[in-house]
Amino acid sequence: MSDLEELPLAALHRELGAKMVPFAGYEMPVQYTAGVMKEHLHTREAAGLFDVSHMGQVILRGADYATIAAAFETLVPVDAIGLKEGRQRYGFFTNEAGGILDDLMFANRGDHLFVVVNAACKAADIAHMTANLPGIKVEEITGRSLLALQGPAAEAALAKLAPEVADMKFMDVRDVTLAGVTCWVSRSGYTGEDGYEISVPDAQAEELARALLADESVLPIGLGARDSLRLEAGLCLYGHDIDETTSPIEAGLIWAIQKARRAGGAREGGFPGAERILREIAEGPARKRVGLRPEGRAPMREGVALFADADSTETIGTITSGAFGPTLGAPMSMGYVPADMAAPGTALSGELRGKRAPLTVDSLPFVPANFKR
Amino acid sequence: MKYTEEHEWLNPEGDLIVVGITEHAATQLGDIVFVELPEVGTEVSKEDEVVVIESVKAASDILAPLDGEIVEVNEALADNPGAVNDDPMGEGWFFKIKPSDASQMEDYMSEQEYLDLIG
Repeated sequence: MSDLEELPLAALHRELGAKMVPFAGYEMPVQYTAGVMKEHLHTREAAGLFDVSHMGQVILRGADYATIAAAFETLVPVDAIGLKEGRQRYGFFTNEAGGILDDLMFANRGDHLFVVVNAACKAADIAHMTANLPGIKVEEITGRSLLALQGPAAEAALAKLAPEVADMKFMDVRDVTLAGVTCWVSRSGYTGEDGYEISVPDAQAEELARALLADESVLPIGLGARDSLRLEAGLCLYGHDIDETTSPIEAGLIWAIQKARRAGGAREGGFPGAERILREIAEGPARKRVGLRPEGRAPMREGVALFADADSTETIGTITSGAFGPTLGAPMSMGYVPADMAAPGTALSGELRGKRAPLTVDSLPFVPANFKR
Repeated sequence: MKYTEEHEWLNPEGDLIVVGITEHAATQLGDIVFVELPEVGTEVSKEDEVVVIESVKAASDILAPLDGEIVEVNEALADNPGAVNDDPMGEGWFFKIKPSDASQMEDYMSEQEYLDLIG
């Protein structure tokens, strides 16, 4: 266990009955005493508090926001320059082959750009930015925890501590005083629910977590439920649903590439892999990430091979995430299939424990999002 | 009642043996969402994979503890797999097997031996 990093709130997690597991180099709470199913349902019905301090927090500094954003745009196919102060966007680093190096959230914080990246990729991301953003200071933020408060009761619970958070809209970012200290709060998350992500100094993280957990609507939620919540919401998990070989267009993330960066846009291309990505926008990708609904109750998980029908021997794709959806009340998966088999309603076959079982292409998300636009 | 190292319980009922998993196993597996049971009439050999349990975490196999014929399965688990979590020693039973060699029961642990195993 000595090579695993411990979260600043590890003692609190144990006190709350967490089962701790290794994840991306950290010892993380996978579930608490309620268990994955109840934690998932509670988040959709009330509010859940997640400790996601393993994720990377990075600040980019330069002469001004426009300068930083212009440099950042050389690494992401996203409109960073056009992002208004106090707003956040989803994005991803691409490679020369048009694959995805990592997905991320970034915010215009006035005089700097704030990036949140995946834990497993953060060292590589920081090296990538440091090597490829000349003139920009890449500052890894250590000493701050990241808490996510998610669910329909999140607003009321956080507003008890800071009423002004009720005024924030989906993807707004703001400095908010919580536990007597300045926190960086965004109205966003990874569950498909309304909620907030809060970057808080480690020294005040426990006080803030306890203040939130004191609200009867808030339960601590582990990584297990975080995964089923994001899958019901149709959100990608890096290293599974997207990776260095999948393009953002195959992954159905074209919505995250604003017009300014597409063909004919003000700043067309100019990011790694632009040739493939712009071509796939124009011509359509050969394969697409889709939602899949297995028949019956048996989940089809990552790695399950997909076939056009029960008798076909030619693999047409693979499941990249799969689980039982507690809110959906049924198993659900995501995976890649050829574009001509990607229409919702298409019947396919998956191989589960040596036997073929039917599943159907479905639209994403499986459970509608509940954001405060 | 006998127990296996695979955390199954074996409860004699006439000339049949009822098989399920222990509370310890059910807790470790987490919320169970699907149980794939064998077909009635299947002849199984000891250590054949006979049941698949899907929990929110992963799929796990249950091995046949005895040689014999599956004579009844718990159909209620199709609609209510959570019974394995709620009542693993009762409503959450998996199948009844008619052993071809009842002496195989002697291979397994008593309750006290099992409790010592899981500590």
